[in-house]
Amino acid sequence: MLKVQDLVVRYGMIEAIKGISFEVPDGEIVTLIGANGAGKTTTLHSVSGLIKPVSGQVMLDGEDLTKIPAHKIVAKGLSQVPEGRRVFAQQTVEENLKLGAYLKRDKEEIMKSLDYVYELFPRLKERRTQLAGTLSGGEQQMLAMGRALMTKPSILLMDEPSMGLSPLLVSEIFDIILEINKNNVTVLLVEQNAKRALSIADHAYVLETGRITLSGTGAELADDERVKKAYLGG
Amino acid sequence: MSFLSYLINGLRLGSVYAIIALGYTMVYGIAKMLNFAHGDVIMVGAYTAFFAATAAGLPLIPAVLLAMAVCTVLGVAIERFAYKPLRSATSLSVLITAIGVSYLLQNAAQLLWTSNPRIFPSLFSNGAFELGGLSISYVTVITIVTCIVIMVCLMLFVNKTRTGSAMRACAEDQGAAALMGINVNRIISLTFAIGSGLAAIASVLLCSTYPTVTPTLGAMPGIKAFTAAVFGGIGSIPGAFLGGLLLGIIEILAGAYISTQLSDAIVFAVLIIVLLIRPSGLLGKKVREKV
Repeated sequence: MLKVQDLVVRYGMIEAIKGISFEVPDGEIVTLIGANGAGKTTTLHSVSGLIKPVSGQVMLDGEDLTKIPAHKIVAKGLSQVPEGRRVFAQQTVEENLKLGAYLKRDKEEIMKSLDYVYELFPRLKERRTQLAGTLSGGEQQMLAMGRALMTKPSILLMDEPSMGLSPLLVSEIFDIILEINKNNVTVLLVEQNAKRALSIADHAYVLETGRITLSGTGAELADDERVKKAYLGG
Repeated sequence: MSFLSYLINGLRLGSVYAIIALGYTMVYGIAKMLNFAHGDVIMVGAYTAFFAATAAGLPLIPAVLLAMAVCTVLGVAIERFAYKPLRSATSLSVLITAIGVSYLLQNAAQLLWTSNPRIFPSLFSNGAFELGGLSISYVTVITIVTCIVIMVCLMLFVNKTRTGSAMRACAEDQGAAALMGINVNRIISLTFAIGSGLAAIASVLLCSTYPTVTPTLGAMPGIKAFTAAVFGGIGSIPGAFLGGLLLGIIEILAGAYISTQLSDAIVFAVLIIVLLIRPSGLLGKKVREKV
């Protein structure tokens, strides 16, 4: 279980996250929705260690992640699919995936993970020797997801997976998120596409300028008048 | 001398530049900074090899290995104490710090070893290959071969190994690399270690061409090798190799056929022209703006 408590993050003088708390129970899909600049990415980066908060805790199974550098957090079974995919454009698809398993030393285990990812994303297998920078946006999103799955994480953080993709591809990506979740991976999803996110989420939180203003189950929030008005287009 | 022998001399000098340029380009590629103290690491390597050969009477290989060890430790220490605290500072602060480290090393050397030039002993046997009327000294052949071997090994390391893949990942996106579990600080240290070790090799090869050891000995080759790295496309390993070789050849040919006084000016003029035509250097990648 991932538990964020009283998290405060500052960029210089600006307080980007003003003391938020939320929980991601094992096996669930939890989503943070909110507008641009609400602090969604900052929250995810504080969990994965790319940003260190001023105060507050990020507890993963009882261990405080804020004291651990980003590269060691991966080993705790938490991986992140960053916003904008951030695949290694100059390396091949397969090299990218193997970097995802950088911490694994066992060759057989790596091959197994590779097979699993290729099964989940057959298109990546077709393009395994291609440079990641030459992939389409949707394929890069798949690669970023596949790369994050290579360590066999117990919890996956996803930042705006639908960004810049066609509606058809967004559906495909969300189907895969559900499938990943069925394979016992907890998902913390950050999305601007609130409708899609709420439709698959067990629990959801609304983030507004660094504060959580609403929370509930995905279905509850999808029905909430305020959410409808602000995020679901009426 | 014939054109061909000038060309070979140019290749020899260019090989030394290339080895130094590899250090610049790797550090730039991964840490995104210009390590202006790199030339002075060469100077420290030269003094180490000098004392190893004269005071301790060591032969070539142990002297080179000792210089490599000293330079590697020095390079990693410089990164750890001067650059690492500035990881999130502006690139200008890092640049000024690098220039500061450069002066610090030069002045420390002057304090320790005075500015009196010392004559570097000849560590290589003096023979030469005769090839169709052309005489090529052993040290020339060794220099060129060393450069090629280093270049091939580096390419294999960077492109074929797990650590090399991690290095390329850090070069592209340090944040994403950290998310893979890559210890970015360790990769940066490793890059400085490799670059500085190469600087030590370059120092011995350089001093066998120009056997005068002074505290400022690294400054000019440092600048030239930096030029070579930019010339070839900074951040690119084959670029540093090509840039180094071309720079050496241009310098020697310009000195031989145009003017010895003007050879440096010509070298830099060629750099300016190349950068006007290809701003990212000969083999440099075009930087695409991320949206």
